[in-house]
Amino acid sequence: MGYGLVVVGASLGGLKAVGTVLAGLPADFRLPVAVVQHRSPEVGDTLRFVLQDRCALQVREAEDKLAIAAGAVYLAPTGYHLLVEDEHFTLSTEGPVSYAQPSIDVLFETAAESYGRRLVAVVLSGTGRDGAAGLAEVSRRGGVAVVEAARTARSPEMPEAAWEAAPGALSLGIDRIAPCLVELARKP
Amino acid sequence: MGANDRPANSEEEGIEAIEISLLLEAIVRRYGYDFRDYAPASLKRRIRRIQGEERLPTVSALQERVIHEEACMSRFLDGLSVDVSALFRDPSFYLAFRQKVVPELRSLPLIRIWHAGCAAGEEAFSMAILLHEEGLLDRARIYATDMNERLLAKGKEAIFPIKHMKEYTANYHRAGGRGQFSDYYTAKHEGAIMRDFLRGNTVWAVHNLVSDTSFNEFNVVLCRNVMIYFNRTLQDRVHRLIYDSLPDGGILGLGRGESLQFTAVEGRYATLDLAERLYRKTG
Repeated sequence: MGYGLVVVGASLGGLKAVGTVLAGLPADFRLPVAVVQHRSPEVGDTLRFVLQDRCALQVREAEDKLAIAAGAVYLAPTGYHLLVEDEHFTLSTEGPVSYAQPSIDVLFETAAESYGRRLVAVVLSGTGRDGAAGLAEVSRRGGVAVVEAARTARSPEMPEAAWEAAPGALSLGIDRIAPCLVELARKP
Repeated sequence: MGANDRPANSEEEGIEAIEISLLLEAIVRRYGYDFRDYAPASLKRRIRRIQGEERLPTVSALQERVIHEEACMSRFLDGLSVDVSALFRDPSFYLAFRQKVVPELRSLPLIRIWHAGCAAGEEAFSMAILLHEEGLLDRARIYATDMNERLLAKGKEAIFPIKHMKEYTANYHRAGGRGQFSDYYTAKHEGAIMRDFLRGNTVWAVHNLVSDTSFNEFNVVLCRNVMIYFNRTLQDRVHRLIYDSLPDGGILGLGRGESLQFTAVEGRYATLDLAERLYRKTG
């Protein structure tokens, strides 16, 4: 069985980085993509709008109990953590984890528990360490761990912390991440 | 056990799953709290956290302590209610409530509002303030219920940390607040005590959405960010309970990340405000 889900985490510099990755995915990309972009609590459609502009897949805010389906990119909503549970997402209003809400660690850890070796996880530009523990868990369960290379990251702190935490993680320049995902999606 | 109290391999994971199942069974038999239909991912995270805080090596050890020590059960219950809330959290919700629901409430001689799963009461107090500013508080009966008796008592005390007042004040204004937020509390030491006039029309009661039935009819039921912790089976059951507690035309409010789609009551409500999850029962 091939890969089943891609999870992406980003913080400072993420808007552009996530946009670049999504722009490189074809309209028939068969893996669902879930994204935690650290966001301020103010509600608004800006993130979704900006990302949709560069993305051939449908970009939407994740909702509680929403089915995880191919052809879509799901954004962790502000004011919640996004969790993966079997075939659908769930939400939590637990306090910040690794100082973040939504937290990349929470998405990655729950995704790793559900998808194990069928998971691909990507940590992009950002400050802090959110995503390091999560990526380590992804690696531990046999999933593919990817971090954005420091040389392309607006803020290399987060991907570097993740890279150090996750043995075997791949470090790729931002332009090489989408092609990598496309290739992984092709594997049966 | 692996790092952070997570299972180190799939065998340990299988064991943990069994232990969690037994823990929940033990709790329902011993204390009557039924968590068996809670959403598994968030429940698992909370159980692991509680286990860590209790400094116990296994979930089985936690089960032993929970069954034998009521104080531990109380801590367990608190561990399931660790959410951070705030007065006028989600200001846009209150704004929408003012604009779209309040006009419908004006014609009612008595306004009954149920905050189902109210935790420490932040939402109930926010509502009291809102209704007061709309001139409706005198006619309102606010029911704030939660399964956690300790949290309920805390809510009833009506004291919030003073250090949060700045955040709450900002929320209040973004929610369309018309007055001075400081008019609604008095500061004492490190606490801000909500003014008496905001408290008289609120009833605090223990009610468990899982095990208890509908206990009254309400014009408005707010159940926001409570059902995200339930699995779909339990969500449907609670939705039916809420549905039975509303008359035709009654208002339901959910959390921003929640939806009626694919629930048992989808199609039985009209949408009043999709973004803010306000719905009207159509019967």
